[in-house]
Amino acid sequence: MTAIAVPAQETRRRFRIAASPGAWLVWGSVTFFFLMLAGIIGSVVVSSFGRRWFDTWLPESWTTQWYGQAWHEFTLLDVLIVTVEVSLLVVGISVLVGVPASYVLARRTFPGRRVVYLLFLLPILMPPITYGIPLATVLYKYGLAGHMAGVVLANLVPSIPFVILTMTPFIEQVDPAIERAARMCGARTWQVFLRILAPLLVPGILAASILVLVRTVGMFELTFLTAGPESQTLVVALYYTMSAAGIRAQQSVDAMAVIYTSMMLVLLVIALRFVNPTQLVARVKEEPQ
Amino acid sequence: MTALRHRLAERGVDRQLLLLVPGLLCVLTLFVYPFAYGVGLSFQPTHGGVLGAYKDFFTDAYQRDTIGTTLQLSLPAAFLNVAASVPIAYRMRGRFRGKRLLTTLLVVPITLGTVLTAEGLLNFLGPTGWLNRTLMSAGIIDAPVRLTNNYWGVFFSLVITGFPFAFLLILSYLSGIDPTLERAAATLGAGWWPRFHRITLPLLAPGLATTFCLTFVLAFSVFPSAILVGDPAGTTRVISIAAYHAAYESYDYPLASAIAVVMGVVELAVVAAVLGVRSLFYTGSTGGKG
Amino acid sequence: MTTFEKLRLDGVTRRFGGKDALSGLSLEIRKGEFIALLGPSGCGKSTALNCLAGLLPLSEGSIWQDDKRLDTLPPERRGFGMVFQSYALFPHLSVRKNVAFGLQMRRLPRTEVRRRTDEAIRLVRLEEHATKLPGQLSGGQQQRVAIARAVVLEPSLVLMDEPLSNLDAKLRLEMRTEIRRLHQSLGLTTVYVTHDQEEALSMADRLVVLRDGRVQQVGAPEELHTRPANRHVADFMGYRNLLPMRVVSASPAFVEVEGGGMTLRGTAIGELTAGDEAMAGVRPEDLRLGEGGVPATVEVVEYQGRELAVEARTEQGTMLHLRAAERPSPGDKISVVADPARVLVFPL
Repeated sequence: MTAIAVPAQETRRRFRIAASPGAWLVWGSVTFFFLMLAGIIGSVVVSSFGRRWFDTWLPESWTTQWYGQAWHEFTLLDVLIVTVEVSLLVVGISVLVGVPASYVLARRTFPGRRVVYLLFLLPILMPPITYGIPLATVLYKYGLAGHMAGVVLANLVPSIPFVILTMTPFIEQVDPAIERAARMCGARTWQVFLRILAPLLVPGILAASILVLVRTVGMFELTFLTAGPESQTLVVALYYTMSAAGIRAQQSVDAMAVIYTSMMLVLLVIALRFVNPTQLVARVKEEPQ
Repeated sequence: MTALRHRLAERGVDRQLLLLVPGLLCVLTLFVYPFAYGVGLSFQPTHGGVLGAYKDFFTDAYQRDTIGTTLQLSLPAAFLNVAASVPIAYRMRGRFRGKRLLTTLLVVPITLGTVLTAEGLLNFLGPTGWLNRTLMSAGIIDAPVRLTNNYWGVFFSLVITGFPFAFLLILSYLSGIDPTLERAAATLGAGWWPRFHRITLPLLAPGLATTFCLTFVLAFSVFPSAILVGDPAGTTRVISIAAYHAAYESYDYPLASAIAVVMGVVELAVVAAVLGVRSLFYTGSTGGKG
Repeated sequence: MTTFEKLRLDGVTRRFGGKDALSGLSLEIRKGEFIALLGPSGCGKSTALNCLAGLLPLSEGSIWQDDKRLDTLPPERRGFGMVFQSYALFPHLSVRKNVAFGLQMRRLPRTEVRRRTDEAIRLVRLEEHATKLPGQLSGGQQQRVAIARAVVLEPSLVLMDEPLSNLDAKLRLEMRTEIRRLHQSLGLTTVYVTHDQEEALSMADRLVVLRDGRVQQVGAPEELHTRPANRHVADFMGYRNLLPMRVVSASPAFVEVEGGGMTLRGTAIGELTAGDEAMAGVRPEDLRLGEGGVPATVEVVEYQGRELAVEARTEQGTMLHLRAAERPSPGDKISVVADPARVLVFPL
């Protein structure tokens, strides 16, 4: 950068801060949004550590007893174990089923491809309640609901399409000529998958797994509709304790919420090491950094 | 035999398509079959003939109005989320320090989920919450504003979870538009407003439609927060609550299925309408890489 | 190494959605030959190569290696090597592992894999880069890895799909020599696809010119250069002046044609009688400035090193492409003559 260019840029930046009401509005609303967000999370965290917090800015005194209480009363350890088991099963199955399907959809054209694609897209487009209720009915009919099997099966419905959508751009990035080259080197189909495609798709599979993990841990409706008392995940347990408020101290519900939040935040931090924030909401490629 | 295989292979049908089978099987047994089963169930009510369940739903104002209630919540929320995201994303589409941090922070509310957001809203916006306390000590209001257990509580919850979602999507759509297009427009003498509304906005329109649809779907399926921060017996009795009550409190599965079907139809109708409008715009390459 | 005497393609046809991408390609390839498939994009040359490789199933026809039928075998069991236009190197494997991949697929003993990999890497002179990943190499180096990976298997046939088209002009010439040198030293039978006629002429023993999925001509480079079988081949072989004419007289020795204010003598390719519509083809280098020729006005002059490429328009409006040793200026009046021995006349 030349010596002349620096002051030029400086003036432009100052100009923007001083004279653009649009910028003020934009940054103002972003700040407002984050203040709200901080308030929402902060009030839960503060409440969970507070003893007697009524008509004041902050609780009268501090304690960690609510965490102990939540841990014992809500059998949180069991709930956490269920949550982890359900999520890992869902991630494993949806990756095993979704990646091969995604490969075919990304690479091949065949009659009926659009129909198949739409079929895979619909579960993401429909509100979970609309198919969750009939699905739960069917699962109860076959005695699958109320157990972990039912919860896992129900969570697979949006997860498999999600894996397919997330994997598609990763598969498209692999030059099809590379697979052909492997075949010309004498590799059988399974060898092409195992030795060439799998290593190249590891980043995509990781991203998809983590995204499905985050979504499964946070999925309320489907788990709520299919879970029995022994197969509740953390969100559902949290919902039940909240809606049964009055019986339990508000603060121990808050404590549970904080445990849930921390779990999600840990997952989030891990997730963001592997994926772009935009990928958490959709499959859109970002400009190269 | 070989001839048939050749003919099929020419059209792209061969053994590799078998890889689709597990996925299709899952979707068919866990999505299509239950859905069809539910539709079938909705036509077999305990009374009132084939359409009895639908008749029950549409003649009972308490049930019927849930459609309006849900749309009144989800349409404005989706619209606000998209409308607020566009100028903010437009301003932030370039590279600047802290962009990664900002986008990361925006992901937080998405992962919080509705249940935790509801709990936070109850604490924060409640009559003795920090917001009312701040406003009262600043002298703006005299008595606490009621922001929870009514329409606004649910609306806020939809904005908190929906806005980051819409913002991140629109930001990535905007990043996909080749910035040289606007520079080209600038060399042709266009100011920032013509540049935005004649070049960027038309290219962004399909992305806006998609974002609106996805945000709307998210808001339309509102369920736990409508119960927790809303007024689930009155102003925020949304259609998912009606379906849930029918299924798990009155055990009227035909009615529950009918409500689920109505819910799906209404949602798909809105999505189809938005996508129909979208098809009027230019859809194609936006000149960006990928 | 599987050896064979000849490879026979018999009526190889490939259709895409009812349209023939390649129809009835019949060809015999002798051991050790270097064959170029030549044609403009979309002519079916890559389809032919992929059919031969087994990457595309045939719609009709068969492929034989001596008495063994090949077209029913999957690509991995045909024992051919292939070099791709995009190189298609495995991005997650080092140069050495890329080259060794095919040997490992054949489950050869570790010591032999090592020996042959080293040998192939030495052959393409990449010893210093053996541990690098493909992304760390230049285009030319990547191309050499791709070639090493294909030849290390000592395949009965090497297929090359426009291997030089992604390289810059200087590197392209170097690699051309390199491939030819490898072919001569290893004696590998090669089928080479390209759209560059100069490349094909300089490298191949025999050329197959394709157009719209059909074979136009098969022959040695000199044959195609001096005696293209029809006007399409001529067009592709650098006969830039293709002038619509009418036959005035035809004799076994030469035909005389006229049109556009010009009268030309040349050799007839095919049956022609007086009065027929015909197309006269002349290369720019076979048109000269000279006395008593066709008068024309110079429009564009391009400097091309030793010579100048000139575009001139006749009084009747026909555009002529020619070469000149000295620089005429746009607007100059010139007179153009053609060497009758080099003028070809094609029936329409």
